[in-house]
Amino acid sequence: MFKALSDFFDSYGNMLISSIFIHLKFVFISVAIGFIIAFILGILLSRVPKLSVILIPILSIFQTIPGLVFIGVLFLYLGIKDITVIIALAIYAIFPILKNTYVGLISVDKKIIEAAQGCGMNPFQVLWKIEIPLAMPSIISGLRMSTIYTVSWAVLAAMIGLGGLGEFVYRGIETNNTTLILGGAIPSAIIAILLGYLIDKVQYHFTPRGLRKEP
Amino acid sequence: MIEFKNVKKAYQDNVVIEDLSFTINDGEFVCIIGPSGCGKTTTLKMINRLHKVNGGEILIDGTNINDIDVNELRKSIGYVIQHIGLFPNMNVKQNISVVPTLLKWSKDKIDLRIKELMKMINMPFDEFAYKYPNELSGGQQQRVGVLRALAANPNIILMDEPFGALDPITRDVLQDELRNIHDQLKKTIIFVTHDMDEAVKMADRILFLDGGKILQYATPEEMLKNPGTPLIREFLGKISYDYNASDLTCEDVMRKRVYTVYNKERTLKCTSIMKQRDVASLVVVDHNNRYLGIIRIEDIKSEGVPGETIEKLIRKEDITVLINSNARDAFSELEKDNKEYLVVLKRDRQVAGIITRSSMAKALASLIWGENDV
Ligand SMILES: Nc1ncnc2c1ncn2[C@@H]1O[C@H](COP(=O)(O)OP(=O)(O)OP(=O)(O)O)[C@@H](O)[C@H]1O
Ligand SMILES: [Mg+2]
Repeated sequence: MFKALSDFFDSYGNMLISSIFIHLKFVFISVAIGFIIAFILGILLSRVPKLSVILIPILSIFQTIPGLVFIGVLFLYLGIKDITVIIALAIYAIFPILKNTYVGLISVDKKIIEAAQGCGMNPFQVLWKIEIPLAMPSIISGLRMSTIYTVSWAVLAAMIGLGGLGEFVYRGIETNNTTLILGGAIPSAIIAILLGYLIDKVQYHFTPRGLRKEP
Repeated sequence: MIEFKNVKKAYQDNVVIEDLSFTINDGEFVCIIGPSGCGKTTTLKMINRLHKVNGGEILIDGTNINDIDVNELRKSIGYVIQHIGLFPNMNVKQNISVVPTLLKWSKDKIDLRIKELMKMINMPFDEFAYKYPNELSGGQQQRVGVLRALAANPNIILMDEPFGALDPITRDVLQDELRNIHDQLKKTIIFVTHDMDEAVKMADRILFLDGGKILQYATPEEMLKNPGTPLIREFLGKISYDYNASDLTCEDVMRKRVYTVYNKERTLKCTSIMKQRDVASLVVVDHNNRYLGIIRIEDIKSEGVPGETIEKLIRKEDITVLINSNARDAFSELEKDNKEYLVVLKRDRQVAGIITRSSMAKALASLIWGENDV
């Protein structure tokens, strides 16, 4: 067992490290792009709840298109480039954040919003000082979901030859080498868990004491 | 001065206020009361334009409120609502400074103002400024709500059942505090309630609404003597007889429940009783329950040594009355330099009770309405 592990690191150690970096790069860039788009879209949608009741289910359909199909289609249009993967992953990252931003914003107590208006805040101030901070826990848990999903979807990047931990998985499948498959799968699981943990920490740190569930 | 002139309000097709006209003078404390759904909240919210007027006009000092920028208008009017009025994502200091911040006051000016306000209601800055609403008791939250409304020094304050969710003792204390604040600062306060006790105790004038119409607009005394309609009579409780307050003694108008401490008690015990009871001072007695003075939270805070007894901190204040003296004298004593309460003593100086504005009001009310449970 230990022997197998050290053999694996001897032959693939360098590749593993560079793959992890490539993987992380895809995850960070696409989640960042997805977050910005989702955050803005979520805010806009929360201003028109009537419209959103229709729009959000439509958007969620995107979510159900298998990643494989999606990357395949983009690949035909854009070719083998990082941007292909990033766009595909970003689009997938959008939905959980969008939905949580929207839900977080519209579930802010109407009485609190009215109190804010009663203090003389304009709509932008109400949004910025009250609604967004109160929706933050929900928004961050959307971010967490997206990040974790994206870590696993980024495995697909290898499918079009762009590297990342998926490389191990695909090679492993092709050569029927279980060690290689696990060599890709386990680090991505670890990355997902670590990023999830990191986001939890960040969330805790940035949540005012008044909003934390447990003191 | 606030003037309603033939104000009309409808939600879609549902006309809730047809034609409402009344005036509130500067510095007046007006309670709006009436059955549920009669339009109290609607009336209040039209003043800061949270609800639009559908006809007629509302004037503040002669200017139609629709001619004032809506956010400027709201910044110039304090607003307190029941329950969850505080912003849960902000601490006490941030909550109170909302309006001054919107008005772009300097940081120093805001800090100064907040300290001043918190002192007024005995919430020590160091202890409370950085607490969040969910770390405060209901009474403390409502106090902060009141301070937030006062922060930018508005001339008008609107309150919608601000004390509705509090337990009776805390409500009592906050009512006294608010009335004190009003007497000191002379703000125009419009206070919605459905509790006639509260209205009688607090108001300079009571506006009684039913179905969006004024049934009676009068001082509490006038309303007690001549209830305008059977509905008002019902609100006032049992039938009003002619009453004569001059026969009352202090015993009749005092509250028997007094928060006392023994003079050898330690400071920590005192602060914990104060906290628990939401009061700023306690009556100090010796082992025979005889009056020695009072102890105040600020004295403990500033001079108290942990673990020591309170003996050195006792203030021998002259706020006592004898149990069989006339209630009217007690009342004028209470009015004089705005005392919080009077301690009622028996002949041998044993503490018998305490007289506050609210115990007075309740005693009067029960006399009039024939109830005995003071
Ligand atoms: N936003 C609204 N949309 C439609 N109807 C409303 C709205 N707000 C109030 N109403 C109606 O207007 C009437 C007056 O309501 P309002 O809230 O002013 O009553 P209230 O006197 O404050 O009652 P309560 O003592 O229960 O608080 C009620 O019949 C109520 O159903
Ligand atoms: Mg109401």
